[in-house]
Amino acid sequence: MPQISQLAETFASQLFWLLVTFGFVFFVVGKMMLPRVISTVDARDQSVAGDLAAAEAARAAADQAEENWRAEENAAREGAQKRIAEARAQGNAAAAQRLAAAHAETDARIAAAEAQIAAATAAASDEIEAVAADAARDIVARFSGAEVTAAEAQNAVKAALNG
Amino acid sequence: MAAESGKIDPMHQFEVQTIWDGFNIAGHQIAFTNSALWMCIAALVLWAFMLGGMKRAVVPGRWQMLVENFTGFIDSMLAQNIGKEGRAYLPYIFSLFMFILFANVLGLLPLGLVGIHPFTFTSHFTVTGVLAILSFSIVLIVGFWKHGLKFFSLFVPHGTPLWLIWLIPAIEFVSFMVRPFSLGLRLFVAMIAGHILLKVLAGFVINAGNAGIIPGLGVGIPSFALMVGISALEILVAGIQAYVFALLTSLYINDAEHLH
Repeated sequence: MPQISQLAETFASQLFWLLVTFGFVFFVVGKMMLPRVISTVDARDQSVAGDLAAAEAARAAADQAEENWRAEENAAREGAQKRIAEARAQGNAAAAQRLAAAHAETDARIAAAEAQIAAATAAASDEIEAVAADAARDIVARFSGAEVTAAEAQNAVKAALNG
Repeated sequence: MAAESGKIDPMHQFEVQTIWDGFNIAGHQIAFTNSALWMCIAALVLWAFMLGGMKRAVVPGRWQMLVENFTGFIDSMLAQNIGKEGRAYLPYIFSLFMFILFANVLGLLPLGLVGIHPFTFTSHFTVTGVLAILSFSIVLIVGFWKHGLKFFSLFVPHGTPLWLIWLIPAIEFVSFMVRPFSLGLRLFVAMIAGHILLKVLAGFVINAGNAGIIPGLGVGIPSFALMVGISALEILVAGIQAYVFALLTSLYINDAEHLH
């Protein structure tokens, strides 16, 4: 085994060159190059994490804005519905009022017209009675020559008309 | 072992060969060897790999993505095992993981086909032992730095019955002291075993081929099929062992950071 048989003669040389080469690796690769690679990776990780955090914040803001908008819209819709209901109630009330007024007016006109009709009917029947009484006096005067007073003729007519 | 497989010695691949005699430090000859060469190659390939991840683009390309996957993998492992203090150990654990991973994978490359023989330096316990001792030293330094003498309470886990107080710390102490050995030996053994197995099977293919057409086909083809499977397994092992080394080191550091 050369590792043992050559140990005495090669030990110093192996140790020396190992320290030289490993020293080079440690100081140049480990101490100078490695930190730069690590810092590059760290910087990248940090920027990615920062971007992700910013995206998360933007998403939260968007969610918040949507929430606000939704609340606003709900409020607006509620307000609109309230106003619609109010307007409808107002309209209904006004219509009822106008209907009632119109009703009253028509009732009054109907009553007036009926009164007029009744008056006209009464006047007409009075006239008919008067005419009939005159006619009856004339007829009596012509047939019998008897003079009948207006009141008698009228009574006789009333009795004949009313049965 | 050399005698069993004829002329082909499966241990030859682990031999350290001097390329350049080098210099002398405190009486020790510091030669530039194939082991040192492959350490340099692993370090340079790792450096080149990391260079592709340095574009620092916000939207990463494929290469940068790959580099970031590796760093993120180790980073999340430390975050899981140590917590937020784990970031402080990222340079060390990442260097350790990547260096071992590149050493293991480069050692597996079939460059022998073009005459370059890769040397897997993680199959030498000298190397894995030094890395293990390094990790263990960090654990000790962090532990005593943060907790002072309270660090010894690591040897008395929560809920230890009073009448066992004489035994549990001894067991805990032994298990604690075994850590650097298990850490170093695990990687060394895993790498050496796979490489020997591949070389032995390759020796079967060559020796059977030399022995004639019938043993060549009868032994060679199954051996070759086995080699394909084991090569795939070795790639897996190369990654897993690097991961285990880094994971255990981070677990030990977690002990030092948070006691139990």
